[in-house]
Amino acid sequence: MKVVLTAILFLVLQGCASHNLTVYEQLGGRSKVTEIVDNFITQIEYDEVMFAYFEDSNITRFKEKMVEHICVITGGGCTYSGDSMERVHTGMNIPERDFNHAVDLLIAAMNDAQVPHRLQNKVLATMAPSRSEIIYR
Amino acid sequence: MKIKDLRLLLWGVAMTLGVSPAVDAADGKLIATAGLIQVEGSGGGGIVPWATLAGYDTQEQTSASAGVTQVNLRDYRLTTYAAAVSFYDRIEVGVAQQRFDLKSLGGEIKQDIFSAKYRVYGDVIYTSLPQISVGVQHKRLKDEAIANLLGASDTTGTDFFVAATKVHLGAIAGYNAIWNVTARATKANEMGLLGFGGADNDDYELMLEASVGMLLSRNIAVGMEYRTKPDNLGLGESHWRDYFISYIPTKQFNVTLAWADLGKIAGAPEQRGLYVSLSGQLW
Ligand code: HEM
Repeated sequence: MKVVLTAILFLVLQGCASHNLTVYEQLGGRSKVTEIVDNFITQIEYDEVMFAYFEDSNITRFKEKMVEHICVITGGGCTYSGDSMERVHTGMNIPERDFNHAVDLLIAAMNDAQVPHRLQNKVLATMAPSRSEIIYR
Repeated sequence: MKIKDLRLLLWGVAMTLGVSPAVDAADGKLIATAGLIQVEGSGGGGIVPWATLAGYDTQEQTSASAGVTQVNLRDYRLTTYAAAVSFYDRIEVGVAQQRFDLKSLGGEIKQDIFSAKYRVYGDVIYTSLPQISVGVQHKRLKDEAIANLLGASDTTGTDFFVAATKVHLGAIAGYNAIWNVTARATKANEMGLLGFGGADNDDYELMLEASVGMLLSRNIAVGMEYRTKPDNLGLGESHWRDYFISYIPTKQFNVTLAWADLGKIAGAPEQRGLYVSLSGQLW
């Protein structure tokens, strides 16, 4: 019991140490985010379910806006020049399962970019709140 | 390991792996956010029913899961065979049979449990408030002699519970944290294995149960659980606790090992031992 508590305390304190750095900085900035998005696009291209959504999309634009978006939500201080989450995904009627599937692919993309597990979770945490603006619209 | 244990283990593995992972298996949730069946046949947790459903179904999917759990204590051995079906991440229906082997006294107590759970609100990860579900577990003892002998008032009973479960992404230095709190109205003695109600109390009592855990990776969770229990028979029935580690390699299969401390059961103290649970999703 004591050991468990000490371990948790240690982790929390250690967590505090990296608090001054934004998630964006912890990732390693623009080049790492670009790598993640590139990997994500590759994942989408090889995935039947996801690819169907992107069939008519301008992937160059998607990549640019996605990098900006991740930069903004992870505290990188970029300016987002794309459309709102709500606006982009309205009309797609994305079900919950496909949303979660996209998250699975994003995790795979981060794995391929050697983003450590704990940092992956922090990235996911920044995205979680936008789910309601994306699904069933 | 005795032959019987081995057979059980093999049965569990065969059952969960042998069922070829169906192509359209429900997979809509994130790994390790579903898939476990607790000791009374509800989606959990190990000794506690959680607000999460047994399967990986989302709003447009259904799923079926099955599992086997064995807790080997000093004087007893509990085995639960369970199956649960979840519909549209909304409703879970389960059946389970518990076999309570009285190792030192000889004999066995069997109990059937029919359960249902309804998700009232939320998503365990994505809503800021926890996911909340209500549930029932209707229990029917098939071997009534010991319950009657100990002075239980009934050999059937129904538990009602409310559970709240929440995952916090990256909460503990980047690790995902999960907690669950369950309030259960019950008359059951040792989950019902020793009947319902008794000389000391014959009314429903509200019991609190809780779990906390941490995901060390996408596939490994560790944590602990605590479950308070009534003492209707005046036998000094104990609160339960366990410390668990779950390995969840795929959405189709998971295995949990735990150290369970179940205290005093039917007067016999220090009932502690290894908890092993295998569950798998059939579709
Ligand atoms: C947290 C999850 C998500 C985030 C942060 C996100 C973010 C974005 C961003 C920044 C854009 C570009 C916006 C623009 O062009 O102005 C975009 C476009 C798009 N997203 Fe998402 N998205 C998410 C989930 C999903 C899911 C689950 C799907 C489908 C299953 C999806 C399908 C699309 C499609 C098809 C486009 C391109 C739209 C077009 O070509 O006009 N997104 N998304």
